[in-house]
Amino acid sequence: MNSRSTSTGLVASAAEAMRSQPASPETMETTSWLAGPAAVDLKSVTHTFRSLDRSTVTALSDIGLEVRRTEFVSIIGPSGCGKSTILRLISGLLKPSSGTVSVFGLPVTEPRDDIALVFQRPTLLPWLSVLDNVTFPEKHKTGRVSKETSAGALEILEMVGLQDFLHKRPSELSGGMQQRVAIARALLQDPDILLMDEPFSALDALTRDELSVELLDILIRRPKTVVFVTHSIQEALLLSDRIVVMSPRPGKVTETITVPLPRPRGLNSMLDPLFAEMTGEIRSKVFTRTRH
Amino acid sequence: MLLSRLAPVLTLLGALLAWEAICVVLAVPTFILPRPSQIIAAAQEVPLGTWLENIAATLQIVLAGFCISFAIAIPLAMVLVNSRQLSNTVVPLLVVIQSTPIVAIAPILVVSLGAGVLPRVVITCLITFFPLVISTATGLRSAPAELIELSESLRAPRFRQFTQIRLPYAVPHILGAAKVAVTLAVIGAVVAEFVAADKGLGYMIVNYTAVFKLGRAFCALLILLCISLTLYQLVVLVERTFFSWSLPSRS
Repeated sequence: MNSRSTSTGLVASAAEAMRSQPASPETMETTSWLAGPAAVDLKSVTHTFRSLDRSTVTALSDIGLEVRRTEFVSIIGPSGCGKSTILRLISGLLKPSSGTVSVFGLPVTEPRDDIALVFQRPTLLPWLSVLDNVTFPEKHKTGRVSKETSAGALEILEMVGLQDFLHKRPSELSGGMQQRVAIARALLQDPDILLMDEPFSALDALTRDELSVELLDILIRRPKTVVFVTHSIQEALLLSDRIVVMSPRPGKVTETITVPLPRPRGLNSMLDPLFAEMTGEIRSKVFTRTRH
Repeated sequence: MLLSRLAPVLTLLGALLAWEAICVVLAVPTFILPRPSQIIAAAQEVPLGTWLENIAATLQIVLAGFCISFAIAIPLAMVLVNSRQLSNTVVPLLVVIQSTPIVAIAPILVVSLGAGVLPRVVITCLITFFPLVISTATGLRSAPAELIELSESLRAPRFRQFTQIRLPYAVPHILGAAKVAVTLAVIGAVVAEFVAADKGLGYMIVNYTAVFKLGRAFCALLILLCISLTLYQLVVLVERTFFSWSLPSRS
């Protein structure tokens, strides 16, 4: 459990940092994350849809993206570049117009059990308590909540610091706490892949940093593959192993940047000179692409 | 604070006093416009048993009409939300029904359906149906897209998407429509009784005005008003008791 402190001294090189995501010694089998197919694999994916005036809009154009197991990849780009569409394609909620989307080597044809979503808004059910909201996916899918799930919910809610709010309604919580509940709800589904669609963008700056650090912490305890859509360069740098920069519509991948910041990371990582340097670098890339 | 609380009551009392005064000053005959005091006195001209019997008759139509309408409207709204094609077919028909003047169709229905309770209930249903269906459908569609996506990503059975997400989200809309519909149900019942009935408060009003017993007609009107207000308050009570989460928080 106390993996953060034990792994502090381990990280040296950038390459080392990249695979230190599953930082506890027993999960650090250096080859396991390399073996087998990629967690997520998009090959020349194009997605078009019909807009209200019946014209065809190309949301994504020829996207190639590979996410390895337990890798944290952020997708950054201007509004409307199809970032969220990528998540919906991976989750199986949408089918690509052309190209293939594979998860763990299998083409995605329908939503999978091992993928969970976190949205920009917490979207909790206002009539349910915090606890019932977290166990809702199982209740919704199977009609009942097993004892194990209830126990797991308590554990996860404690992990996100909400153990004293189990029986509160969402309206009694702050925005940050509500989003914690939404994250707990996704974690309780015990997904291998976590898709997060600007999960912190509706929060104030302080809560944002706090939740980012908490997410880093959670991922050390429960390593997962994460695809994270964001507008914030700093958030992407703090959290990611790799950052994918996208251009505005039609959305294209213009740049993939590996983040060499050592792990485990925390708010102090933002003080690293490398952090500031990379912020500038990415900003220039996002910026030049957004205005032609 | 006390004054602002009493203001509506004082205003009402003032209006009643003015009514009384004007009738006295202008010497308006009772059969043209009875004074409030004469209306109260007129209530006692009719035995309590008769009042109760007629109240029960009207209330029966109101409640039966509203409940049947509600029981059809909610499932129909669910079907409409589920199928765009059905929605495109049925909603125009509903608009046609809603646009039909209920007072005009009432005599026709009485001829077609006979003079019993049935046409009265049908008329009450017709007048309450539209707001219930449309509001419920709107409410069912108001569930956040993300929750529907969550439901789809879980591959949950579709009926649970309705029972666990869409219907609860529709509750504020349904209750809002129910508030409108219960008061409309009273109107529907009275209109039906105007056309053909042998008892009921609407029937009393028609009869008493025909013989210039305006005081008694006013009493029946007052009772109808009380029924409307009580039914409305009952819906509010249901809302506060069972669906308090759906009310805007006061903090």
